[in-house]
Amino acid sequence: MPALSHLANAALSGVLTGTVYGLMALGLSAIFGVIRLVNFAHGELMTLAMYVAVVVFQGLALDPFLTMIGAAAAFGALGYVLQRGFINRYVGRPEHSQMLLMIALAMIIGNALLLGFGPDARNVQTSYQLDSFELGPMLLDKVRVYAAGAAVVATALLAAFFRLTLTGKAIRACADNPLGARVAGLPVAHLYAVTFGLGAASVAVAGCAMVPLIDVTPGLGPGYTLLAFVIVILGGLGSMVGALLGGVVIGVSEALAGVLIAPSAKSMVSFGLLVLILLARPQGLMGATRR
Amino acid sequence: MTLMAGKLIGAPGQRRRRALIGGVAVIALTLPFIASSYVLSVVTLALYLAYVGQAWNVMMGFAGQLSLGHSLYVGLGAYASAGLFFHYGIGPWAGVWLAVVLCAGAGAFIGFLAFRMRVSGVQLSLLTVAFAELARIGFDHIERLGGPGGLFLRVADRSRIDLLGFRGPPAMYYYAILALVAGALGLCSFLLHRRAGYYWRAIREDEVAAASLGIDVFRWKMRAVVLSSAMTAVAGVFFAFYYNSLFPEQIFSFGRSIEIVLGPVIGGVGTLVGPIVGAGAVVLLGDGTTEILNRLGFDVPGAKQVVHGLLLLLVTIYMPNGLWPPLARALGFGPRKV
Repeated sequence: MPALSHLANAALSGVLTGTVYGLMALGLSAIFGVIRLVNFAHGELMTLAMYVAVVVFQGLALDPFLTMIGAAAAFGALGYVLQRGFINRYVGRPEHSQMLLMIALAMIIGNALLLGFGPDARNVQTSYQLDSFELGPMLLDKVRVYAAGAAVVATALLAAFFRLTLTGKAIRACADNPLGARVAGLPVAHLYAVTFGLGAASVAVAGCAMVPLIDVTPGLGPGYTLLAFVIVILGGLGSMVGALLGGVVIGVSEALAGVLIAPSAKSMVSFGLLVLILLARPQGLMGATRR
Repeated sequence: MTLMAGKLIGAPGQRRRRALIGGVAVIALTLPFIASSYVLSVVTLALYLAYVGQAWNVMMGFAGQLSLGHSLYVGLGAYASAGLFFHYGIGPWAGVWLAVVLCAGAGAFIGFLAFRMRVSGVQLSLLTVAFAELARIGFDHIERLGGPGGLFLRVADRSRIDLLGFRGPPAMYYYAILALVAGALGLCSFLLHRRAGYYWRAIREDEVAAASLGIDVFRWKMRAVVLSSAMTAVAGVFFAFYYNSLFPEQIFSFGRSIEIVLGPVIGGVGTLVGPIVGAGAVVLLGDGTTEILNRLGFDVPGAKQVVHGLLLLLVTIYMPNGLWPPLARALGFGPRKV
């Protein structure tokens, strides 16, 4: 049994990583909640953002936490165009057909990255890579704190957008009742595209925040897609608070499983949780009972 | 009168159909004598994918239950038979039974949980992925089966045919998988035209309506998942003894589950011939691209998967029913909707 302070430290760093996971899952949750689209290419978008951060760092020596802002804008635009010009046409298709479409996109993005960058892991070494904050007996990696901070800011901006702006309110109306929104004259195609853009932007921020913490390989995509699904299912599909909460729960349980059981048992815990949640409470922790 | 007319028009189609089936059968049976070993290995891979695709199709294509975790059953079947052989020298003819029982059990377990708790759609797909992932991580920790380092079977003596031990030249494996594909096609065709097929398709189209007609939806969904997983188990045994090396990270991976789905989706979900046509298209275009690039002097990992992705994308967009239905019409197989 590791010392208590060690466990607390692991749990705290799990909270920080979990916040980034939460932001990533938030993107998935928004896309599902509004467009009803099961985005199986989510992890590949995240990996793409990571490569953007790596390339920008290697080329321009720009810190990933600065790249993040530009990446969010670029991914927002990319997401908007992708949804408006392409995915919107298939929104009415049966669920499995949409899933396969997104899986096809995921395969293309993931393996194009493999073609372009090769299978080797890449990473980013910032000057403060090994620094940490001291908090009583606990040590917090600086990069992890910054990553979580960025995720919190991005989440707050998203929440403010959905609560305060007219477009945000219109998107929520769309999510509640797509037909009603259409009848009321809302530009649903545009709103869907904005939503996908926002989802992609969240993923871009999450990806850039994650880069200093891990080695980047082209094969990360499916793992992140599944992780995002685990979190979103845990929190409740379509619930924003739930996504964030789910992210933290998964972050902490992975960190603790890594210390208490074995590092390789990390994802076992999250998939175990996924099975339990799907069977016992399919609407998730925060999801309202629907239908 | 219309029936008569249909028969009259159908007659030449019937003849063409027989000729086509006969031609395919002759080529399939003589292939090891006429094709190079490379072509034979590629066709063997295509047949393997056709077989697992056919097995997956029972669950999704017939009964409408989307599994994205079928690599679980391939892996379980492969490890069960390979483990028996590796540790106790028990050959695949006995091992296949363990594999089938184990996989049918796993399928029944997952199906029972899912269908009793009314998990369906995306959630069901994710549940199947979760179990495959759990198996992947779990098998990484089974040291007796090699753990993450892999389990290796003694490579077969390629010159001697040992039917009992299922070791021999590539042609033997080719005929084995050909027989499996033919058997699966026969079984599925049989079932599809019997009560099971009608019940499954009724459930696929509308579960509530099917239940209201008195179909025991839970039981028939269970039958579909158990049959599908048992069939996939046999593919696992084939995989183990053909490739001789098993790694949890590969055999249980999400990518492998997607690979299983590709054939039937591209060929035509719910059709009988679709999984075979689809697997052929997947392997032909995927490995063909790799081979051409290799000949041109490029070694590009990922090119094959990009082609698979593009193929899947194009088919999903332009031919949502798959390649087979329009192809069948063009070949004069008539507008039979199976």
